[in-house]
Amino acid sequence: MTLLSDYNFIGVYIVVVVIFPFIALGLAWLLRPKKPNPTKTDTYECGLQTIGDTWVQFRAQYFIYALVFVVFDIEAVFLFPWAVAYDQLTLWALVEAILFLGILTVGLLYAWRKGALRWQ
Amino acid sequence: MDFILNLWVELGAWAQGLLNSWGVPEWGVNLISDIVGALILLIIAVMAVIIFTPMERKVIARMQDRPGPNRVWPYGLLQALADAIKMLTKEDIVPRNSDRALHMLAPLIVAIPAFLVFAVLPWGPQVIGKDLNVGVLFIVAVGSIHVLAVVIAGWGSNNKFGLLSTFRAVNQLLAYEIPMVLCILTVVLFAKTMSTVGIVEAQTVPYFVVTPVAGMIFLICALAEANRSPVDLLEADSEMVAGYMVEYSGMKFAMFFIAEYVNIFAVAILTSTLFLGGYKFFGLEAVAPILTPVIVFVKAVFVVFCMLWFRATFPRMRFDHLVGFAWKFLVPLALVNLLLGALVVKLTDNVWGQAGFMLLSNIILIAITGILVNRIARQLREAPAIKRIAAVER
Repeated sequence: MTLLSDYNFIGVYIVVVVIFPFIALGLAWLLRPKKPNPTKTDTYECGLQTIGDTWVQFRAQYFIYALVFVVFDIEAVFLFPWAVAYDQLTLWALVEAILFLGILTVGLLYAWRKGALRWQ
Repeated sequence: MDFILNLWVELGAWAQGLLNSWGVPEWGVNLISDIVGALILLIIAVMAVIIFTPMERKVIARMQDRPGPNRVWPYGLLQALADAIKMLTKEDIVPRNSDRALHMLAPLIVAIPAFLVFAVLPWGPQVIGKDLNVGVLFIVAVGSIHVLAVVIAGWGSNNKFGLLSTFRAVNQLLAYEIPMVLCILTVVLFAKTMSTVGIVEAQTVPYFVVTPVAGMIFLICALAEANRSPVDLLEADSEMVAGYMVEYSGMKFAMFFIAEYVNIFAVAILTSTLFLGGYKFFGLEAVAPILTPVIVFVKAVFVVFCMLWFRATFPRMRFDHLVGFAWKFLVPLALVNLLLGALVVKLTDNVWGQAGFMLLSNIILIAITGILVNRIARQLREAPAIKRIAAVER
């Protein structure tokens, strides 16, 4: 069996899963009433008129968060093959993994000390 | 007798044989069985909503000493169906300031990752959508699409509550994904495979006993990822009404609702697969393979019950504490646990030896962590006020 044919089922399942919300929303579209009025379509803010623009810029701090996240996520992806093949690897692989994790931990500590993880 | 014992597998083989005898070509048989399997998985996932909505309301109600829903026959257990009918016939309100395309897109996207995870969750040795050799990686990859839907919903609604919720989603869901992945990594390290069936087969001792630290961290992260109280800061009702879902009504809201419960079910099955031995139950799975889905379901219900228990017990966390908890406590702890696992696996090849050593090292790890946290907390408590604020701020 080739590797790709393993994903036949996943492909079919994705199609079925994508169709499901369309069916559900379509059914609701047939059944529901449609009587919009200005009060209904107002932005909901507990009864008050909304003031100012909502679409503001994300803070620059998110960039640092995202950076730390990407670093750790990629680290995890690198470590998955390491974990699967761990039995066939020598002791050196363990040392390497410790070094790898060590460098990342230092990075995390650096971000921590710099206050990147502080929420304000 | 064999037929009864292996009902699920035999049933599939029988249906495929029947199609073959009708002269359907090979690819047609495969396609039809794939479609039927996909529909079955979809229905199982949707059943989760019908089962867990009344369960949640009943259990929470009992824990808070009130009867809960009891009008819809019988004992309020069909409440979910009544809700579904109501949702279907409710008007769909689209705020005129919203980005209509994004507002429409979010409920379509949100349900997809929740359902997709079911493709690789095992109900038995061969009762599974598809036993991918990268099963857990698939789950991790698909699971993170959820963030996208939340961000689109919050942003597209053009609502201040929704936007706040989006800000929180980016932080919380990303922060809790890291320790979760590290815990899965620890499990993969012991099982030496990424296939979900392989992981269950490798568990002579359930991994929750082998490495309780990873199990606990995973459960906490699962709560945060499935967006459950006490870490449901995305939709904290008392602060942000309903967060990113505030502008949704009718069936669009129901899609978020369905996605949430399907997520809970998926996370519960995943927890039982990775840490509680999946379809194994003290050799029962070898005696009666027909019971394997029941075993998985009972374990999943147990995990869901624990989640409800947490919800009824703990108050909601403050947001900076929540994110700080993930980065400053869970991530380092999960990293240390991963390294301990690597050391133990190198130390001995024996499964029982590994389990014993890992359990011992985990108990020591818990003790050391407890002492450290206790000491830091005492230092902070006794420090002068100005220093205390500075320490918390860091």
